[in-house]
Amino acid sequence: MSVKEQIAGSAAAEIKGQIANSAAEVKEQIANSAAEVKEQIAKRVAAEIADGAVVNLGIGLPELVANYISKDKEVWFQSENGIIGVGGAATEEEADKNVINAGARHVTVRPGGCFFDSAASFGIIRGGHVDVTVLGVLQVDAEGSFASHKIPGRRVPGMGGAMDLVSGVKKVILATTHTKKDAKTIVNQLSLPATGIKKANLIVTELAVIRVTEDGLVLEEVAEGHTPEEVQALTEPRLILGQRLKANRG
Amino acid sequence: MKNKICSLEKFQSLLKDGMRIMVGGFAGCGVPEILIGAIVASKVKDLTIISNDSTHPGEGVAELIAAGQVKKLIASHIGMNPQTAEKMFAKELAVELVPRGSLAERIRAKGAGLGGVLTQTGLGTEVEAGKEIIKIEGESWLLELPLGADLAIIRGSLVDLAGNIVYYGTTSNFNQVMATAADLVVAAAETIVEVGQIEPKDVMTPGIFVDYIVGGEPHER
Repeated sequence: MSVKEQIAGSAAAEIKGQIANSAAEVKEQIANSAAEVKEQIAKRVAAEIADGAVVNLGIGLPELVANYISKDKEVWFQSENGIIGVGGAATEEEADKNVINAGARHVTVRPGGCFFDSAASFGIIRGGHVDVTVLGVLQVDAEGSFASHKIPGRRVPGMGGAMDLVSGVKKVILATTHTKKDAKTIVNQLSLPATGIKKANLIVTELAVIRVTEDGLVLEEVAEGHTPEEVQALTEPRLILGQRLKANRG
Repeated sequence: MKNKICSLEKFQSLLKDGMRIMVGGFAGCGVPEILIGAIVASKVKDLTIISNDSTHPGEGVAELIAAGQVKKLIASHIGMNPQTAEKMFAKELAVELVPRGSLAERIRAKGAGLGGVLTQTGLGTEVEAGKEIIKIEGESWLLELPLGADLAIIRGSLVDLAGNIVYYGTTSNFNQVMATAADLVVAAAETIVEVGQIEPKDVMTPGIFVDYIVGGEPHER
């Protein structure tokens, strides 16, 4: 190998290494910002939860909501497998193999909490004894019908307890990113199998808070640094400007 | 008093190809792992398994699926074990997805002698396909039919020799209701105690539901 070739070879390897490093950095940045977006959504959802509420959190993003409930509120978290009074994620020392939440995570139970079997748990859910449920979603339409349990032929986790939750819980909040890989989450018509028909009451994304009403979707809030027009551009159904946003516009 | 203590060999002798088996547990918690191991070792096949989920690879129902012993799975969620969906897409395994609350209630209906349950869970979705919708005072209800099995395998934290069971923490989950809904009920016990050591007020599954008790369910899992 000539000296020239050696230099060229090592330069190429170095550049390759640099590219690989920067690709990893970009990946990390994207992952970090995705995590930040989720935290932001969870924080906003937490503000919707009233003192004294019994709340069921779905798996994934909705689980983060528990971290942002203000300390002056007393909130009772219900877990589908059979808990009222979920405390939080258990540390390694606290973890009890007999105590998990519906997402298979070891959790603690706060004083006053209790266990019951899954049939009783769903009696609580269907019977209207849970005030709020927060669920993740793949798609939602202008009437509050939504899809969350499968992408036919690709990903079929199953509905778990989502269909029971939306049939009995008083308020259904969907916590979701406004778009998913460029596809809009809020659509005119669901292309995926429905998990709930006209069940969502509120949609919280990193860009907006949208209320589902008889008249259509009402844009109640827009995240700082964004405009209603930007939100509309990423939302298929026409949004009705809420009172507060209208007032801001003079 | 009838002796309900049963060896794993005796348990295996109860198994048959094509059986419908309910498996207690929820997301890997409260699963009768020693009985699952005995079913895997028995090599019975064409099983229909009724379980909340197919847990994680390497445990519970996932082991029966991995061993190719399951023909059909009736469950509410299969997302934690990728192999379930793989086998479903490859048509090696039929999966019937049932909303979790309806699954529990269908099992309860069987055990409680009810002809079915009226629920609004799943109305307007693919879940209502082929099911009767009943109108009561202008409201629609979905008729969900009872669900039973030939055998239920459950896990008790504390079991006395009469078969009375106490479940610790969240392990009652589907175990409690499944104990009522099968022709034959076998409980894997973490701890077996003499009759009288469990206070009557603490019993969660009355012993009359339990046909056999198998000891040796490990405490640490």
